[in-house]
Amino acid sequence: MPRLQDIAVKVESPDGTQNSHGNALPILHEIHHALQRFSSEGEYCCIDLRSLPFGPGDEEQLLQLLGRGEIHVTMDALGESTIWETAFSGVWIVDHRNAEGERVALQIEIGSVPKIVFSQQEDIVDAIDRLEAKLKEH
Amino acid sequence: MADDLKKLSMTLGESLRQQGVSRRGFLKYCAATASMMALPPTMVPAIAQALEKAKRPSVIWLSFQECTGCTESLTRSHSPSVENLIFDHISLDYHHTLQVASGDAAEAAREAAMHENEGKYIVVVDGSIPLANPGYSAIAGISNLQMLEETVAGAAAVVAVGSCAAFGGLPHANPNPTGAVSVGEIVKDKPVVNVSGCPPIPTVITGVLAHFLTFGSLPELDALGRPMVFFGQSIHDRCYRRPFYDKGLFAETFDDEGARKGWCLFRLGCKGPMTYNACATAKWNQGTSWPVESGHGCLGCSEPDFWDAGGFYNALSIPDSDLTRKTGYVVGAGVALGAAAGALNRSTRAKAAAQHETVTIDDLDKKS
Ligand code: SF4
Ligand code: SF4
Repeated sequence: MPRLQDIAVKVESPDGTQNSHGNALPILHEIHHALQRFSSEGEYCCIDLRSLPFGPGDEEQLLQLLGRGEIHVTMDALGESTIWETAFSGVWIVDHRNAEGERVALQIEIGSVPKIVFSQQEDIVDAIDRLEAKLKEH
Repeated sequence: MADDLKKLSMTLGESLRQQGVSRRGFLKYCAATASMMALPPTMVPAIAQALEKAKRPSVIWLSFQECTGCTESLTRSHSPSVENLIFDHISLDYHHTLQVASGDAAEAAREAAMHENEGKYIVVVDGSIPLANPGYSAIAGISNLQMLEETVAGAAAVVAVGSCAAFGGLPHANPNPTGAVSVGEIVKDKPVVNVSGCPPIPTVITGVLAHFLTFGSLPELDALGRPMVFFGQSIHDRCYRRPFYDKGLFAETFDDEGARKGWCLFRLGCKGPMTYNACATAKWNQGTSWPVESGHGCLGCSEPDFWDAGGFYNALSIPDSDLTRKTGYVVGAGVALGAAAGALNRSTRAKAAAQHETVTIDDLDKKS
């Protein structure tokens, strides 16, 4: 049985082009201001795209406007997440999916690297324990 | 059994670690939870800190005069994954539809959960309670009223899920043959959260439970007892078709040029201006779309007495010219206009309720 997210739902406008409802540009302005703040004051920022009243085509337009940059990361933790830098340095997209491949969060992060990419202190402590156990085996 | 007890006494952080979930995985879970609770991503560290220490609350789910649509809605929710939320992060100790036990064993499970978690468990209710005759709806020979009263006695809080539990809903519609009432009309001495909608948005149900799990408290409520984060703004105020409304561009039928161009559905009966819910942002079917995006007006399902608010396809009964006059409508008037239209339409709705209009096939074909 096809899963819901496998059914491509796309709203077509009469002239065949992808519709959008003008919500992408205001977000682009917000990203611009956030990037300026990050550059001058180091202020990190994160925008939850699911909290915005996007119409059909808005999200696609925003992602298209932001484009793709040099880095693409895949994270495998409680399902696959994809993280990429957009064509604008310091502007990242974080797309979290659950084990069934369904989106559970879509965020724009403004910073040098999205926070979740860094190795986490708790995992490092755990890694030390596991490494020690491994060494004992040999 | 011993394993179950151990799991119950573990915090969420401990139980996730035991399952081999990394800190990154946990932070991702927290990001999804923040998004589900409609909280800004800046709250993720606070959520992580709270969830780390959170213990699984016991939940007793009571179903009274209902259609099971609310449970259907919940079990189709996915964020972060309802199976996780239900089976790992809350302890769902009683739910007719989902539990394996039946009859006396089921009732014993409910009583055991009440006894073991005295003062701390959450009662979720879907469906209204018939007061005209207790025999109209009973479970294991216990009337809905009696079961509700005895179950909430030791509860920390009550969550009324769906418009039936929150406001009486469909059973309460004119002429209300069963004397149906909402949970809030019976429970006066415990906090009651109304998660209205017919059905409610699944992530809103899980969002409220996640809020309790995370912060050990209930979210801020509006005048009708609904969580502000989800019900604080009207459908109309967050509708992406709003610019068309502001420009006076309306679809007149479901297949005219305006409909094809995605214009405002006000004249086709959209109740968005008087309806408070999160559909425009949370959306439905795993974020695929929502009614207005699919080309159909809002029915107003999260508001009290929406069944009696006039035909679903009747425009909010104020001719647009009148609306223009009464609200001082100007192009781009923005949010204030939506609020004014909402207030005006509430009185129109009350009139419709009094007259109890019915929908005919003509309404469905109606042009405007
Ligand atoms: S009337 Fe309905 S379709 Fe029109 S802007 Fe308001 S909510 Fe959207
Ligand atoms: S759009 Fe309106 S009628 Fe439809 S689910 Fe949302 S609140 Fe209910």
